[in-house]
Amino acid sequence: MENILEVKNLNIDLITEKGNKKLIDNVSFNVGKKQSYGIVGESGCGKSITALAVMQLLSFPLKTSGGEINFHSEKESVNILSLKKNEIRKIRGKEISMIFQEPMTALDPIFTIERQIIEALKFHTDLNKKDMSDMALQMLKKVGIPRAEEILKEYPHQLSGGMLQRIMIAIALICKPKLLIADEPTTALDVTIQAQILDLMNELKTSFDTSIIMITHDLGVIAETCEKVAVFYAGQIVEETDVVTLFHNTAHPYTSGLLKAVTSLGDKSKNLFTIPGMVPAGGHMPKGCRFEERCNKKMKICKDKSPELIEIADGHKCRCWLYAESGDN
Amino acid sequence: MNNVLLEVENLKTYFPVKGGVLKKTTGYVHAVDDISFKVNKQETFALVGESGCGKSTTGRSLLRVIEPTSGKITFRNEDVIRLSKEEMRKKRKDMQLIFQNPYSSLNPRMTVNKLLSEPLRTHFSMSQKEIEEQILWVIDKVGLTKEQLDRYPHQFSGGQRQRISIARAIISKPSFVVADEPVSALDVSIQSQILNLLIELQKDLKLTYIFISHDLNVVRHISNSVAVMYLGRIVETGDTEQIYTSAMHPYTKALLSAVPSKDPLQKKKRIILKGDVPSPVNPPNGCPLNSRCESAMSICKEIRPELADMGNNHHVACHLYKE
Repeated sequence: MENILEVKNLNIDLITEKGNKKLIDNVSFNVGKKQSYGIVGESGCGKSITALAVMQLLSFPLKTSGGEINFHSEKESVNILSLKKNEIRKIRGKEISMIFQEPMTALDPIFTIERQIIEALKFHTDLNKKDMSDMALQMLKKVGIPRAEEILKEYPHQLSGGMLQRIMIAIALICKPKLLIADEPTTALDVTIQAQILDLMNELKTSFDTSIIMITHDLGVIAETCEKVAVFYAGQIVEETDVVTLFHNTAHPYTSGLLKAVTSLGDKSKNLFTIPGMVPAGGHMPKGCRFEERCNKKMKICKDKSPELIEIADGHKCRCWLYAESGDN
Repeated sequence: MNNVLLEVENLKTYFPVKGGVLKKTTGYVHAVDDISFKVNKQETFALVGESGCGKSTTGRSLLRVIEPTSGKITFRNEDVIRLSKEEMRKKRKDMQLIFQNPYSSLNPRMTVNKLLSEPLRTHFSMSQKEIEEQILWVIDKVGLTKEQLDRYPHQFSGGQRQRISIARAIISKPSFVVADEPVSALDVSIQSQILNLLIELQKDLKLTYIFISHDLNVVRHISNSVAVMYLGRIVETGDTEQIYTSAMHPYTKALLSAVPSKDPLQKKKRIILKGDVPSPVNPPNGCPLNSRCESAMSICKEIRPELADMGNNHHVACHLYKE
């Protein structure tokens, strides 16, 4: 499969007075054309800042400190990290766009919905005003908004969370981007609305031929929407594989812990499965494996030496000493 | 044997909507609209529903943190609503509340020690030594250490802060605790730690919980019986397993089918509810779900269905099940 996005050895630092802390440590992954790629992890694992780096939206005190993010559009291939401000603006919103977590705060309260939708068209196309309005209206209908003509003239506070998220999706898709990044698109929404939005995204992905990066902490959302998945833990990818393998042939102890914590819900006969302890704080990373303290399968080597992300089966990568051939390769 | 600890009858909590220059009351938000239920001793009764359905308002009305508009709340053979403010304040050592967000519910200027001794000083006249003993007892119960007593809330992670909130709620040895979304702000791996703690404490201290949550998986795990709320009303209630395996109300069915699958190979067939929840200021006539319901009939628009007994403690408010 051709790739649309290749992230190579990405590093992101947090700049502090006491020196830089590495939040993302050598992360590499590829997103295929028309693929939906899931990034899953708990708060603070670095999943959102990775997405922001792809959009070149990181701002002080966060900074990329190495690596490449190669984006292959139809015309050309570019390294996003080396682009100048005016160059990335041509890609952002047109080729790559993003849906944010909280639709209630991501939209500007003082502009009408119409104005916020056509903003991207104004910048990226030279359509006249009437055509832009028509496109906005079409788009609203596509994302399933009732009485679209009236809604165009309304303001964000007049609409519910589910409606606003549909509008966010309309804004993100108005220029027919090749890659859509969805950062926890349904976390702030209720389950019945979440079901509506996930269905809509699956549907739009087929009709727009868009690749999607789905960032979430919810393994259920991953199971419903993604083809390939990367599990993040403390700024690293610990496991990467297709979605069926992740759920049925789990390799990394962290992933299996997360899955067990979710699936043991409902079985009242036993205690819930828990992963003891908590994520190491940023900047105080242990020398060995970052999951060592909480792992139920730890060995001696885990404390001393950090494992590499290695391929343990075709298309299945895992960062764990359990799968390294001998202790020291 | 009377096993009921708390009985709620026709509870209503309305909030006035003010408008115009003179701030006249122009209408009411029907946050909790005529609900009744019973909670058995040492059981967990769950309230589930989507945001705005009135589940938190119900929880708070029970402790009169929000004053209910009308109804009857019988706790240990006493009508809580009739108590004076002072009597209610005393009552609260037996009825406690755990809040959703451990980041905003703890005073950032108080150490853990101070946070925990506050409820003791309010409710009991204890000597310093007794207070210290009680604090040591409670931190052992919730899994905090003695060294952490002098720290401030910001020095703890979300999970540990929730342990502090729980400690604060149980330190006065209540028999009844309302847990308002106690794990919603936490990550999955921490969430299961806190749920296990709540279950352990319940056995240990013989607690009765009202557990408020929007997470249906969590509710199934922790509760004995459950009430599904929609637009301020209970639409279905019964034993938890009964509701999860044989839900009857169209809303409950849609809610259960909307929970994402835990397995990519088993895609569920979803019932997608159209549109949004109607405004609680002008709730629709008839059944509150009628505009979104797939099986709506003409009667649903006109007459509001009452909760009807389906046997086995299972109650449903829907015209589909009426002869």
